[in-house]
Amino acid sequence: MLDWKTLCDRLFLGDHDVMLEDGVLHGSGNIGGRAVAVVGTTEHAAIGAQLAMKLAARVLAVVREHPGRPILALVDTQGQQLSRFDELIGNNACLAHLAKCFAVARQRGHRLISVVYSEAVSGGFLALGMLADETYAVEDAQIRVMALPAMSRVTKLPLEQLEELCRTTSILGPGVANFVALGCVEDIWQEPLDACLAAALEKPAGGADRRAELGAQRGGRIAAYDVTERVRNCAQPA
Amino acid sequence: MSACILESGNARDDAFHVHAGSYLERTARQRIAALLDERSFTEILPPSERHVSPHLPMLGQPVALDDGVVIGEGRLGGAPVLIAAQEPAFMGGSVGEVHGAKIVGLLQRAAEGVANACPAGVLLLLDTGGVRLHEANAGLTAISEIQRAVFDARAAGVPVIVLIGGGNGCYGGLGIVSKCCDYVIVSEEGRLAVSGPEVIEAAHGVEEFDARDRALVWRTMGGKHRYILGDADDIVPDDIAAFRSAAQRRLGHPRPLSLEAVEREHAMLQQRLQRFADCRDATQIWSALGIAEPQRVPLMDIDAFTEIADAAREKGRGENNHA
Repeated sequence: MLDWKTLCDRLFLGDHDVMLEDGVLHGSGNIGGRAVAVVGTTEHAAIGAQLAMKLAARVLAVVREHPGRPILALVDTQGQQLSRFDELIGNNACLAHLAKCFAVARQRGHRLISVVYSEAVSGGFLALGMLADETYAVEDAQIRVMALPAMSRVTKLPLEQLEELCRTTSILGPGVANFVALGCVEDIWQEPLDACLAAALEKPAGGADRRAELGAQRGGRIAAYDVTERVRNCAQPA
Repeated sequence: MSACILESGNARDDAFHVHAGSYLERTARQRIAALLDERSFTEILPPSERHVSPHLPMLGQPVALDDGVVIGEGRLGGAPVLIAAQEPAFMGGSVGEVHGAKIVGLLQRAAEGVANACPAGVLLLLDTGGVRLHEANAGLTAISEIQRAVFDARAAGVPVIVLIGGGNGCYGGLGIVSKCCDYVIVSEEGRLAVSGPEVIEAAHGVEEFDARDRALVWRTMGGKHRYILGDADDIVPDDIAAFRSAAQRRLGHPRPLSLEAVEREHAMLQQRLQRFADCRDATQIWSALGIAEPQRVPLMDIDAFTEIADAAREKGRGENNHA
């Protein structure tokens, strides 16, 4: 698994000042003569209220100080912080706040890219990685909602049945390839990583959400795009 | 009438056109019928079109003909609205591929303008444990798409209004999405959080969170606490008429999501985290906010509660600071 420093060195061919401070990755890197702002997490961070606010502060600083600069989110999270205190204080409000900061950045012309370089799980992935224009993942990254044994306990379905189903569908099992098939992850980044980042940056900012369409094209989500389009385009009632 | 919309006003729904009675105890269709103007609702992708989950049968699970969410158009106090209501009895209101896609489509429809006219609002009647694990990856992806579509509707000036008062509460990714919307209206019975009590207990033990302690659950995640903190804009009794009038007041009043708005919210949340950093129970927060007898808060009726809570919220400061 890539550590964040090696990842940044390869993404920017060493030309970056990304640092780990107070549990948050931040800084900027240069690629092709262009500056890219970096925010992110490391060590499988559980994203609670405090961490969400620290990440949000970094996003807001980029929007204020570097208008229009592309933002790259480096994702390594085991999910949202599971604790009584975080729910008491409003983890949902803090995670939503982080999402709103990204949304405002997008509105103001910042291109948003995320890359899962280690692990992305459930609510943490939703709050940090999935709000990008496109989400990418390195080859050996892990993405999941829940591990199958836990899923088996909660759904009361036999583990063997879930494992069997995972051989034929992308819909429930862990794995980056599944999320690619669903259109949730745009593509898998393979070496050289700087070329992957450069290609992602070439795409225009502020595009529509194409994940459902991609999921249909790739065969991972057979219903979502069709349903969404039917609802969108349904004629006015008489 | 278009092929893809059916009138849903059948005899059973008509019985619930009385705008009174419990919100909690009703089905999704009954909530819509009682919340909106009489006979104004037309359903999009009704059960007759059979947009069911393609995945549940593979796991031997029953399907619902609406995949557990009812969507469509109607009027509220004469104003055109779009509405989605999760059915509490079908798999805990959980979000699967089709279920999520219906909500995404509805929000995109709002953002793009229905027949070139902006609706006065989108009402999301959320009653959910979050992602449907049987189609987990599609459910999580759909919730992210809902979040994107909420921001697009807001950018188009259409307010998205969340109503929370069902038995499942509003948990998981949709607990985050709720706070991405313009307004949250909650009943005392409603709960709003990311991680549910059972999930926290399973991860860190009963000492961290006793999920069977109902009083603890409501103190920590319930409507009253969310209102005191400022994370709910309105609190109402468990009464459909109260939800109706609260929602009606919020129509046509979008909150622009600007840099200034999120900066104000940032300062407000930072202050909250600092001020309550040492609090371990909601009663400590309520006490710190100047509520004299915090242990009585759960027992108060909504009128008495609102009076002391509004004083604690410093009269509108919380509201103005939300983005």
